[in-house]
Amino acid sequence: MNTSPAPSKSDLFKYTLRQADNSMVLCQRLCQWAARGPDLEEDISLTNIGLDLIGQARSLYQYSASLCDQQVNEDDLAFMRDSHEWSNLLLVEQPNGDFADTIARQYLYDAWHLLFLEQLTESNDTTLAAIAAKSIKEVKYHNRHSSMWIKRLGDGTEVSHQRMQDAIAAVWPFTAEMFIPDELDQRMLEFGTGVDLKALKHTWDSQVSSLLVDATLSKPVAGEAIVGGRQGQHAEYLGDLLEEMQSLPRSMPNHQW
Amino acid sequence: MRANQNSKTLSADELKFEELLASGRKIEPRDWMPDDYRKTLIRQIGQHAHSEIIGMQPEGNWITRAPSLKRKAILMSKVQDEAGHGLYLYSAAETLEADRTDMLEKLNNGKMKYSSIFNYPTPCWADMGAIGWLVDGAAICNQVPLCRTSYGPYARAMVRICKEESFHQRQGYEIMLTLCRGSAEQKQMAQDALNRWWWPSIMMFGPRDDKSPNSELSLKWKIKLFSNDELRQKFVDIAVPQANILGLTVPDNDLSWNEETGHYTYGEPDWEEFFEVIQGNGPCNKERVSNRREAHENGQWVRDAAIAYAEKRAKISRPKTTQDPL
Ligand SMILES: [Fe+2]
Ligand SMILES: [Fe+2]
Repeated sequence: MNTSPAPSKSDLFKYTLRQADNSMVLCQRLCQWAARGPDLEEDISLTNIGLDLIGQARSLYQYSASLCDQQVNEDDLAFMRDSHEWSNLLLVEQPNGDFADTIARQYLYDAWHLLFLEQLTESNDTTLAAIAAKSIKEVKYHNRHSSMWIKRLGDGTEVSHQRMQDAIAAVWPFTAEMFIPDELDQRMLEFGTGVDLKALKHTWDSQVSSLLVDATLSKPVAGEAIVGGRQGQHAEYLGDLLEEMQSLPRSMPNHQW
Repeated sequence: MRANQNSKTLSADELKFEELLASGRKIEPRDWMPDDYRKTLIRQIGQHAHSEIIGMQPEGNWITRAPSLKRKAILMSKVQDEAGHGLYLYSAAETLEADRTDMLEKLNNGKMKYSSIFNYPTPCWADMGAIGWLVDGAAICNQVPLCRTSYGPYARAMVRICKEESFHQRQGYEIMLTLCRGSAEQKQMAQDALNRWWWPSIMMFGPRDDKSPNSELSLKWKIKLFSNDELRQKFVDIAVPQANILGLTVPDNDLSWNEETGHYTYGEPDWEEFFEVIQGNGPCNKERVSNRREAHENGQWVRDAAIAYAEKRAKISRPKTTQDPL
């Protein structure tokens, strides 16, 4: 039994960093779409979502930095950690693929992210609660945008239907991780600081199911869950993503940009 | 034919058009306008729109590699602005009965041009600084007068665009300033970027006035309000002192301050290179257009799906007038 009334600073640091890493990695993926979207309107929308995510990541990194024992800032956390030190969900690091793959990843995450943030606004950590409250407005838009595309592609043409169906199937195994708490999640929940991940599962399931029905898509059967992101066990492509993102500040450390 | 226009008696439509122009009021989509005026505008606005979206590439290319979170966010919103500028301008062109899909088609198959400046590569982060400072800076010199151009929808689009361009220029200059105040290596990056972008920026204003075939008519129609050389001079006069503040050297041996005119005298750019790049032989022409074409082609099935979905929705929401046979 934990008797202290609040989580340790290092737990809070790690917990905040996880959420920051999710936003950052997904943002970086969306950045890879720059000037490559299916039309100009979509270039703008994807960048909008990316901008929201980088804004969230920055607030969370700044808060993490303030909790860290070492003297670090937001950029140190984003640019100076190796992939095994990143604790984002595996879902968000999945490659962009085609537009359907990007939308599938985005929607399944958005639906979870929104539920997660709704709970996080009730956190007894006022900073996390405030960041969550601000982010909710943004993520509601993300969720509307990705839901819309799930329907358009699912119930569009034969080609788009098939691509959307394949895309959902491809990322599905990475969704289970969002609902499986580890020890840190458990401790944070007990303190009233963190989110009850297991409790999100039911609502997420029913929301996703009903959207898929609307979109004339079928829900993949739950297979083996692929997990490990929060523990820093990532696929190689997170390393590639970070290598590109971090290349300049790492090649010239201790510089102002 | 055009040369005779003044000697010919003007029709009532032409008279009204000339009157509108002379009064300084805007020509609006509903107004009669000479065919050549319409064509010139479609060409100019279309090229301008294309420049905005091709212009997303050289910087889009660095979004994934921006060296700090703040710079990344700024660069993302800048590139996003450029997409927005493209949209405003295509809409303005559509008021002239041009079609966006058709214009994009012409961009993709090389029948319409875009500003040559975007055919230069961006090998270094400092290029993000130089582009914002010089390229957006030159664009501002070109575009601020366009806020008063004679065609209403174009002028109004330019008002919105110019507001954002000054943010683009500032962020670019700030990147340069940070580099110039940083390490020797960073300052060298900034100098190299200035060396790369100075002459292409000078050439952004187009050929010299005595070699600019389209300018005269555009000036007469008040589509253009200043000549290429006037705008170029304005740019040089602004940019040189800014380079001095950075402590960088403008790569022009003929550059000097002229007390009498109150302007800088500057050297002649390499016009041969300019025409080569316009002809499609610049370092990045092929890459830029093929990236554009690739994005367009890869997006075709997505756009098709959106249309198919919208049609299905429209069918469902339309009230049935007759019973569907089973
Ligand atoms: Fe622009
Ligand atoms: Fe700009």
